[in-house]
This record gives sequence, structure tokens and C-alpha cells, in this order.
Amino acid sequence: MEENKTLTKHSPGYGIYILVWLALVTLTALTAAVAGISFGKFSIVVALIIAMVKSYLVLSEFMHLKFEMKAFRVFVVVAILFFLLLIVLLFQNYSYY
Amino acid sequence: MSTENQAVVHVHRDDVGARMGMWLFLLSEFLLFGGLFLMYSVYRYNHQHDFHVAAEGMNIFLGTANTLILLTSSLTMALAIAAMQKGNKILSLTLQIITFLFGVAFLVNKFFEWRAEFRAGNYPGSPILTAKPSGQILYYGLYYTMVGLHGVHVIVGMTIIAFMIRFTIKGIINKDNYVKLENAGLYWHLVDIIWIFLFPLFYLIT
Repeated sequence: MEENKTLTKHSPGYGIYILVWLALVTLTALTAAVAGISFGKFSIVVALIIAMVKSYLVLSEFMHLKFEMKAFRVFVVVAILFFLLLIVLLFQNYSYY
Repeated sequence: MSTENQAVVHVHRDDVGARMGMWLFLLSEFLLFGGLFLMYSVYRYNHQHDFHVAAEGMNIFLGTANTLILLTSSLTMALAIAAMQKGNKILSLTLQIITFLFGVAFLVNKFFEWRAEFRAGNYPGSPILTAKPSGQILYYGLYYTMVGLHGVHVIVGMTIIAFMIRFTIKGIINKDNYVKLENAGLYWHLVDIIWIFLFPLFYLIT
């Protein structure tokens, strides 16, 4: 029961969710608009940065990660770091072909 | 006797543990799609031009519409949980049903999109597709695999939400016990995040 008490304590209002949704829709419009502009090799970087910002908003606000115990955030950050390491190592190896 | 039973039920309930289990499962899903994203990155690196040409055949309008549908369904899911926390059962139920309907809308869009691709002859193993350069064949292979697997996740998410609607009606999910709804929401938001990455990678290569 104790955990549930701490849970209901942070019950957020509806307003913050609608603000986050507006930010997500704006970023989607931005990424679609920016896709028309050619940044050359940086197009993919811009698109991925926008996608990461959107994911951060969903993770922290919609998925309540900012209210959870620290261990939850550690899980997610460690998983993302290992995935990035995987990409870096893969391309280290791959660029020799 | 009955009060004793209730006490036991409360002792064994661990909402934080339930959510932690869900997060660990979501991380395994992240690695499932992560492997596919790795494969995508290598093939795209090797066939940049072919990927650009193949992506130009994508329907950006339907892709953007589906992005907005999923983002909005994530909003209604988050609001459904907030409504349940505040004890507003009817509002929560309504929002869960809306979330489910957004899932239906997403799949209907996907149906039209795939039907158009199939009619254009771009289905796996078709004579038109296999005559194309290997990079374009790889693009379509990855497109059907990753978007298809994501579509399966949408169907699973909708099934889970359908159960949540039933649990809410029966009062199994209520103001004091809504961890099931929270976990269903976590799954639904993960499906949203995967689409957030699939959308620019498959539709917005210019």
C-alpha cells in the first residue's frame, strides 16, 4: 500500500500531457519540413536528433520516467549506451570493407 | 476471515516491481528492434543512392498521418491513466476506447499504404521488385520486416488495451489499483517511440 501512496502523490494534471503532445506534433512537422531541405549527409543527423528529442519527451513525460526510482533511468540509459557502443563498434569494423 | 485475506492481497502487491518488470521487457523489445536498426544502418551505408530512390516511392502523407495518429494515441493513453488516478472512471474508459480506435485507424492507413505498394508490384519476391537494383530490394525487405513487425506490435498493444477496457468496466482496474493500465500504457508508448524512428528512416530520405 505504501508504494501506491507515493504513486498517487505525483498524479500529474492533464495540461502537461497536452503540452508534450503539442511539442511532439511540432517536432513532427519540423522533421517533415526539414526533410525537403538538403543538408547533404547531415539530413540523417538532423532527422535522428529530432527523433531522439521526441523519444526523450515520450520516455520522461508519457512513460513517467522522471517520476520513477533512479534505477529505472539507469536501466534505460545503460541499454541506450550499449546500443550506441554496438553501432560505433560495428562501423569501426565495417569501414574497412 | 475476509479481512485477513484482503490484508494478504495488499502485502503481496508491488506496483513498483510490476513496472520494473515491464521496463525490463521493454528493453528486450528495444534490442529486438535495435538489431533491425543496425542491419538497416549497414545496408543504407552501403546502398545510399538506392535507398534514396526507393524511399521516394513512399507515401509521405500516409506516413505523416500515421505518425500523428500514434502520437495522439499516446496522449490519450497517458490521459486515460491520469483520469484513472483522479478516480474518473468514465473519462478513463472513454480515453482507452479512443486509444484503441486510433490503433484501428493506424492499421487501416497501413492497409491502404501496403495495398498501393502491392498493386505497384513492390511486394517481396515480385518480378518488378527483383528486377530492381539490390539496394532497393534490401530497402523494401527492411521496410516490410520492420514496419510489419511494428504493425504486429500495434495489434498486440490494441489487444492489451482491449483487456484493459474490460478490466476497467469490471472494476479490476480502479482508482487504487491501476498498475495494469500503467503497464499497458508503457507498452503502447514504446510502440510509439519505435514509429518515431521508423518514420524518418523510411519515409523522409531525400
